[in-house]
Amino acid sequence: MSDTILSIKDLKVNYGGIEAVKGISFDVPKGHIVTLIGANGAGKSSTLRAIAGLVKPKSGVIEFEGDNIAGKDTTAIVSRGITLVPEGRRIFPDLTVYENLRVGAYMRKDDITPDINWVYELFPRLKERSWQAGGTLSGGEQQMLAVGRALMSRPKLMMMDEPSLGLAPLIVRDIFSIIKEINKRGVTILLIEQNANMALSTADTGYVLETGRITMTGPGKELLVNEAVKAAYLGT
Amino acid sequence: MKKKNKAELWIAFAAIALIYVAVAILEQTMDNNHIIFTVLKKGAIYSLVAVSMNLLNGFTGLFSLGQAGFMLIGAYTYSIFTMPTAVKLTESVYKYYEAAVKFDTGIFVGLICAGLAAALFAALIGLPVLRLKSDYLAIASLGFAEIIRAIFQWDVLGPVTNGANVMRNYLDLTDVKIPFTDIPFPPTLYVFLAAGVCIALIVLLINSSYGRAFKAIRDDEVAAEAMGINLFKHKEMSFVISSFFAGVSGALLAMYQYTVQAAQFKAAMTYELLLIVVIGGIGSISGSCIASFLYIAASEWWLRGLDMGKFLGIDAPNLFRSGFRRFVFSIIIMMIVLFFSRGLMGDREISFAGLIRRFNRRQTAGATKGGGIDG
Repeated sequence: MSDTILSIKDLKVNYGGIEAVKGISFDVPKGHIVTLIGANGAGKSSTLRAIAGLVKPKSGVIEFEGDNIAGKDTTAIVSRGITLVPEGRRIFPDLTVYENLRVGAYMRKDDITPDINWVYELFPRLKERSWQAGGTLSGGEQQMLAVGRALMSRPKLMMMDEPSLGLAPLIVRDIFSIIKEINKRGVTILLIEQNANMALSTADTGYVLETGRITMTGPGKELLVNEAVKAAYLGT
Repeated sequence: MKKKNKAELWIAFAAIALIYVAVAILEQTMDNNHIIFTVLKKGAIYSLVAVSMNLLNGFTGLFSLGQAGFMLIGAYTYSIFTMPTAVKLTESVYKYYEAAVKFDTGIFVGLICAGLAAALFAALIGLPVLRLKSDYLAIASLGFAEIIRAIFQWDVLGPVTNGANVMRNYLDLTDVKIPFTDIPFPPTLYVFLAAGVCIALIVLLINSSYGRAFKAIRDDEVAAEAMGINLFKHKEMSFVISSFFAGVSGALLAMYQYTVQAAQFKAAMTYELLLIVVIGGIGSISGSCIASFLYIAASEWWLRGLDMGKFLGIDAPNLFRSGFRRFVFSIIIMMIVLFFSRGLMGDREISFAGLIRRFNRRQTAGATKGGGIDG
């Protein structure tokens, strides 16, 4: 087994006075795709937001490359190599595609041209539209831009919050094949999804989250055929 | 794409240089008491405040209403610093108080200090307020501007601010000399140069990576934070820089007016500026500048007759009397807001390629409706 890049121990997160995450623990091995699946309100987003430093966890340990980063601010966390593709894409609508990518590399001081070229290579559509305002892109293109923008910080760990939300099935397939390609380049991926089918067939490891607790774990392909998971999340 | 941008940049530089040459020639050839010089000077000063306000409201998405307060701080700092010590010691200005500031500086140092003083106050207010949601900044800055106006008229501070009395005899536009000579510098050109340099600095800031971060915060705070942008730090930076230039423009206004009094920096002044920013287009530098000159020209010159009994040759003293100008002015503004809902320029900048494109389109398709110029 490869070593662990991110290790969560007994993480508790409050969100709006409610305990959204009630003490979960899981590991993300380096170079893997790990997915958290679960219904609305299971605590998936809160977990990601806590790792990214956007909310302060109530308690618990978030160990990234051996250091506890729980409670650190986002600026420090991003410069350590964690990036978040937020739910609902949240690209900057009035900035051009190119400017969006530049903002993604905000924490970096070195030359970003190779990364821009890589993103344009992954998403040729973005290159075509590089001088267009982000808000004028279609939903799928905006998701590509959100992923590209996150890659610009040259992350070691990329977290994605519902990348398939509101996208046509064909585009979802494209996005997931690109996720795999990014992963092949050595970026570890932590993915949360409601589209359990797609997520589990892509992931090396899956965790099932229910009302703030992890109830099941296993390789993605195994969970995909698990009867309880099938009944609850795959609708078959 | 890049090459074309470069060519456009040069055209823009040439156009700006042309404006400066025109101002210089105008000033040498025309009677200097003509109203056009009032419009040009005040317009340039208002352009600077409007652009500094736009940096906050249009580019960082922070709604602040403290501009008049920061201009007041700038104007007073400038007048206190540049009033010659000899004047301070006689009774010509500080009649009821003994002047406490017993040194004086040159114009340039005075202008910089005016900006720094305003920036310092902004930094102090920003500390508690900018951590809250944006709406609170509007309330806090408006309150601050009102309080500062009262404080500057306070008796106890009389030895510094001369109480509620007028400040005068400081270094004004007639004291500006061409460096190393005793020849007076053309005053309108000086205001244009000072405001132009400041606006150029703001433009450079907006186009830097900091500027991109400001715009990212305006577009989506959460996403900007997720990119690692420190929200508080950048908001504070934008607020402090904007206030710095508001302070400098307050000092320029003091220079232009020859006298300055705290009572003139009312909230109405901020609303005037807000109007200019909205008319020009939130997020457009050239829009703010154009709107400033139009606004000042309309209120100080073109619509003057509406208050004086005679307008466009029509003599109607009963209709055109004091206050009617404001009435007409409000209607014009309403029309602008109705028909150019995003301001004259939207969030775009004036560009010559855009002008030419637009001109060609008009020629082929006849008159087209719509506001703004393609960027």
